[in-house]
Amino acid sequence: MTIYTDVLVIGAGLAGERAAIEVASRGFKVTILSLVPPRRSHSTAAQGGMQAALGNMTKSQGDSPDVHFEDTVKGSDWGCEQDVARLFVTQAPVAVRQTSYWGVPWTRVVAGSRQLPDGEVIEETQEKEGLIAARNFGGTKKWRACFASDGTGHALVYTLDNVVIQLGVEVHDRVEAVALIHDGQRCYGAVVRDLRTGQLRTYVAQATVVATGGHGRIYGHSTNAVINEGTGMAIAQDTGVVPLGNMEAVQFHPTGVVPGDILVSEACRGDGGYLLDKDEHRFMPDYEPEKKELASRDVVSRRMVQHIRKGFGVESPYGPHLWLDIRHLGKKHIETNLREVADICRDFLGLDAVRQLIPVRPTQHYSMGGIRTDINGRAYGLAGLYAVGETACWDLHGFNRLGGNSLAETLVMGMVVGGRIAQDLEWLEMPFPQGVVTALIQDATRQVEERVRHLMAGGPEYVYDLRNEMSHILLEKVGVFRNEKDLTEAVEGLVKLHQRASQLGLRSSGVGANPEVAAALRLPGMIRLATTIAYGALKRTESRGSHSREDYPYRDDANWLKRTLATWSPGADLPSLSYEPVRITELPPGDRGYGEGKVVSAKATTEGERVHG
Amino acid sequence: MAKDRKLVFHIFRHNPNDPDSKPRLQDFSLEETPRMTLFTALTRIREELDPSLQFDFVCRSAICGSCAMLVNGRPRLACRTRTAELPERMTLLPLPFFRLVGDLSVDTGSWFREVGLRVESWIHTTQPFDPQAQEERMSNDQAQLIYELDRCIECGCCVAACAAAQMNSSYLGPSGLMRMARFLADPRDQRTNAAVFEVIGTEDGVFGCVGFLACDDYCPKGLPFAAQLAYLRRKMALTGLRPSQNDRRAAVAPFSAQKSH
Repeated sequence: MTIYTDVLVIGAGLAGERAAIEVASRGFKVTILSLVPPRRSHSTAAQGGMQAALGNMTKSQGDSPDVHFEDTVKGSDWGCEQDVARLFVTQAPVAVRQTSYWGVPWTRVVAGSRQLPDGEVIEETQEKEGLIAARNFGGTKKWRACFASDGTGHALVYTLDNVVIQLGVEVHDRVEAVALIHDGQRCYGAVVRDLRTGQLRTYVAQATVVATGGHGRIYGHSTNAVINEGTGMAIAQDTGVVPLGNMEAVQFHPTGVVPGDILVSEACRGDGGYLLDKDEHRFMPDYEPEKKELASRDVVSRRMVQHIRKGFGVESPYGPHLWLDIRHLGKKHIETNLREVADICRDFLGLDAVRQLIPVRPTQHYSMGGIRTDINGRAYGLAGLYAVGETACWDLHGFNRLGGNSLAETLVMGMVVGGRIAQDLEWLEMPFPQGVVTALIQDATRQVEERVRHLMAGGPEYVYDLRNEMSHILLEKVGVFRNEKDLTEAVEGLVKLHQRASQLGLRSSGVGANPEVAAALRLPGMIRLATTIAYGALKRTESRGSHSREDYPYRDDANWLKRTLATWSPGADLPSLSYEPVRITELPPGDRGYGEGKVVSAKATTEGERVHG
Repeated sequence: MAKDRKLVFHIFRHNPNDPDSKPRLQDFSLEETPRMTLFTALTRIREELDPSLQFDFVCRSAICGSCAMLVNGRPRLACRTRTAELPERMTLLPLPFFRLVGDLSVDTGSWFREVGLRVESWIHTTQPFDPQAQEERMSNDQAQLIYELDRCIECGCCVAACAAAQMNSSYLGPSGLMRMARFLADPRDQRTNAAVFEVIGTEDGVFGCVGFLACDDYCPKGLPFAAQLAYLRRKMALTGLRPSQNDRRAAVAPFSAQKSH
């Protein structure tokens, strides 16, 4: 069966739905595919907030897109595209206000004075009362994270999905795109497996948008939902012509709970929470006297691992961890603005966050890398292919994303790219060469059918064994701190796993909507993503943002002010890497104002290898 | 937790796409581990014992609503059910009412989308969005009230527990009515009481509720069903009696009257 549509959006999280809304409201037929009902998407899990420089709070006075831009570029450790960051900060206020128009119950400014946990008293003005409020997040100069009580992602997902229903956009849920249909020049849609029946069908579209979110689950331990397996990145990479950008840039969030890896929001620290060690000593001020717990995520995660390595971790059957302390924020605050956190502590850890400490440690959280696109969201390498949100490398985040910039990115990028797709469809001649497409559809479908047959025929390897080995390698050797020895071993181990994955078989019948078949079809692509991360990290001989090399502790602007591009030729063991310069339009590389601050500047090198400590 | 418990799970099995499959219960045994939940247990059963077992987990932290099932006869979120709360032998069945996908997996998504269409679950306004303008103001109390009613995660526990829904498959269900209450509470939505009556003022709507309030007992998010259903019922009864009063309604039941979780 083949289904024709103007625009095919793969993924129904915030980025996919926002792009779909933009294209549909301009009169095009949009079909959204999703692994799960849209409201189950991982976007729902974003508790904390969305960055947009509205400047409505006393602690936001003087905020502007300019300040947001500077925070974002510094946060990225100068790894982001500055024209993209400029576009983003300018549009973020519009995007947040539009969601308010659509119905998001943003928390609002209440006039009057209140005392912050550190004792400071602030006064909100009558003039701003009723406008959208903001809270503090790491790595930002101003309070800028707009939030809807304790469930910002939930409120945004439900509101956007309401608009999708209102516009009559078709959503086909419980389906998985397993291959893109293309001829090496242009993308024509996707081969899709129906997860209700196990049947294959094809979707043909003028424009195909990948919006499948992150790949966190390849790490096994991750804050990501269990569906975040990087499938969209993998099928783009499988074309052999679409490069993934900066896959070595992986964010570890400071506060995943132990055990279970569920995220507790950055809002805990933004609202005044502390990190404590085994002696219940608040250690972050020792490392980061100015930003303390609110340095950027990469810095806080490194400081935590450093502190654990010095022997200050709390021992547990699940390995060492540290404590998050929000007790001093008070019962009322915890049970309203941090209720989701209190619920997680009660339901999954059996503890009361009002009275007890929360066990946390840095946990894989976000992929800054992804399908490399231009500023319009067009994927490199294939016409008619676009990517939005976490699955894309636009590249707004460089080597470290700021908290609250991901929700904002989904909406801004969805809006911008959706608009661009509509324009592309209106202005460009993109006719279907019908006969050619039919042959391509048949060919792509046959290849997937062949993979399923190969699994059914049965090899000796079991999907969950290999997947656990892959996760183990990434966790042990491609984590917060990296070095040449570990990364070399990781690459070698993953190459071997990739070879073994060609010998996958099934232990169950494989009939119908069989989850083992789904997992086995996904795994080789996941191993290629893992290899791309490890190989890119091995070759990048510097430390920048979340990519921290123990053997190359300096940010090396002389040699590495550039982005990794990784393509994977069919049949290859490793990706081929190339590099492109980072676009710097406004803010030249400098000091972030937090973190280790070790930089080899491009200028210093030409003057003779001078290193700033 | 008792030491060294060996748990036995009686799990409903049926694959509607397999002509040879017949509905049955299958037993699986696992050693209990500390802090084990039904998410960790079912994942282990799939990976170690039977990779064909179907169930739905996404967030595994009780916010996405995917994993509702009957645990010893009661609808609840499997991910936040700790095995320590349960006896050694337990029965897991798919949620009733919804179409079965296979084993413990049911199609809640299609049903909730249909409900969204029926209650026209979006802001009805004639005012266009102005990208240059500042956002419209709203009191924070108003925003918090809307948020409280918007917290439904569409897991289906309330519908599975609802006597009215089991008797009438076209009933909007507690969550459908809560969705309507959410828009009634929102001043940005310009629908009149009469327009809302058209949607929910029937036997398939608020007058279909038989008042057992199992929804209120089983909602994993603690949404204020008892207060809101009573409020909607009264409001719609008055609107039905005096249909000429088409003016914009006041806000729903006051915040203070709602139960906390």
